[in-house]
Amino acid sequence: MIFQGKAHKVGDHIDTDAIIPARFLVTTDPEELGKHCLSGLEENFIQKVAKGDILVGGKNFGCGSSREHAPLAILGAGIPVVIAHSFARIFYRNGFNMGLLLLEVGEEVEKISEGDELKIDTQRGEIEIVNKQLKIKVNPVPEFMQKIINAGGLINFAQARIKGA
Amino acid sequence: MGKTLAEKILQAHTQEEITGPGQIVQVKVDKVLANDITAPLAIESFKKMGATRVFAKDRVILVCDHFTPNKDIKSAEQVKKVREFAAAQEILHYYEGGEAGVEHALLPELGLVGPGEIVVGADSHTCTYGGLGAFATGLGSTDIAYAMAFGETWFKVPETILVKVRGKLNPFVTAKDIILKLIGLIGVDGALYRVLEFQGEVIELLDIEGRLTIANMAIEAGGKAGLFAADEKTLAYTREKGREDKPLFPDKEARYEQVVEIDANGLQPVVACPHLPENVKEVEEVKGIKIDQVVIGSCTNGRISDLRQAAEVLRGKKVAKGVRLIILPATPNIFKQALKEGLLEIFLEAGAVVGPPTCGPCLGGHMGILAGGERCLATTNRNFKGRMGSLESEVYLSSAYVAAASALTGVITHPKDI
Repeated sequence: MIFQGKAHKVGDHIDTDAIIPARFLVTTDPEELGKHCLSGLEENFIQKVAKGDILVGGKNFGCGSSREHAPLAILGAGIPVVIAHSFARIFYRNGFNMGLLLLEVGEEVEKISEGDELKIDTQRGEIEIVNKQLKIKVNPVPEFMQKIINAGGLINFAQARIKGA
Repeated sequence: MGKTLAEKILQAHTQEEITGPGQIVQVKVDKVLANDITAPLAIESFKKMGATRVFAKDRVILVCDHFTPNKDIKSAEQVKKVREFAAAQEILHYYEGGEAGVEHALLPELGLVGPGEIVVGADSHTCTYGGLGAFATGLGSTDIAYAMAFGETWFKVPETILVKVRGKLNPFVTAKDIILKLIGLIGVDGALYRVLEFQGEVIELLDIEGRLTIANMAIEAGGKAGLFAADEKTLAYTREKGREDKPLFPDKEARYEQVVEIDANGLQPVVACPHLPENVKEVEEVKGIKIDQVVIGSCTNGRISDLRQAAEVLRGKKVAKGVRLIILPATPNIFKQALKEGLLEIFLEAGAVVGPPTCGPCLGGHMGILAGGERCLATTNRNFKGRMGSLESEVYLSSAYVAAASALTGVITHPKDI
């Protein structure tokens, strides 16, 4: 798949309270959650984001609570991909399960600046910084995780297992 | 090959042979947990998966503790969803109202978790049960739905960091100070994807409540779990809760990714300053900082030993004018015990607000939300920006001793100065 959008940079240790403050956890509706995405970081953050834009974080993105509402809020805000130096593990699993593409690139993340035009090719495992004519290589996920991706996420994977049983 | 505690527990739950860190294994789980915020999403995912029955109605645990007593219509609707699911699935361990307490204080108390078990919970502080020697970790709602349906999940076998705590604890230095000190040393991502295993003479002497406090905050260093061996103390604790468990120790030749040593002799009471749990300073370095609110409670420090520490400091004294001291015993049993021991009277005489067991203010839910410019010292686990309310508010983290002492003076205070 190809994703293309503008980069919005955030810092290190962006926690799930910043992604979606707990007071908004009284719903499970992604669109509703999306309206408040990153409001724990900056009140009106989401207003500068266009559908299809890409979030670029630093170290330990998504640390804190296990709330799956966090990847849901990001997806609900129209952001299909997060690139980061590293991800907190519960968030990583959640994003993965929800169909939010998460790309862990380590120090390479420094090459991306606010407002850069990014093009992501999942087949080739590549992030292209279009305006800088730079490319960042992305490591493939472990085999078992790829099986879940191929099934179309954990819900579909479970569905197939239940039907098969 | 020698195995760490994590590898031993994982091995006991899988058919595959565990060869070392990095390997992905499918494991059986013993208990599956969710709360009033995460269960509704898990239930939705469970239904979307086409699942009809939970894998075992006595192994799925649902605790409504975050926004309870229900703070508004929407949270009441969420709890209703959980209640109806529990009834339909005939879930044995459903807790609400006067039976509910903060989940990670409640489950050990009820004997629902113990050494050698794998516990997965849709709450990041599920790692608390590592204090009893359980491989316990937080997962998101959909992973929990999968575990509810199949009684299984997958894990990447983690690297383990060995934390050795040597020496002897100084007066007013607690388990909370040990774990904050560690997070200050290794950082909020210092244990990312890894397990923290705790050893050393201080750990051996530490009571179970202290071990639960330390394990609870493993996630604050990014850890997958915080593990303690199950020794005589653990077995005595779980026996008292009606369980018969076996001791559990790591192999002598276990391989650790790194060893972190903490010398307790040099350890003083500490606080974590805004806005990350790694911003740890000695109380002496920040004393005098003005506070508006103090919260004593939560899955980290809302147990009877914490309330005893608070009472020791507050006895016969008054909370400073202009400071709100909120004390939330973490479970109904802790509440009753505090009543029996006369602790609640000490709190009320001091001018504290004593509230029901709830996660409430810890996550900025209710029962103690901060306005812009306000500052709170809490015995909770996270001080992220806006965690307890306004984005312009601040949270400091400490033990119950420091929290109580500071409530009396209105500024961050070392309990020895009271």
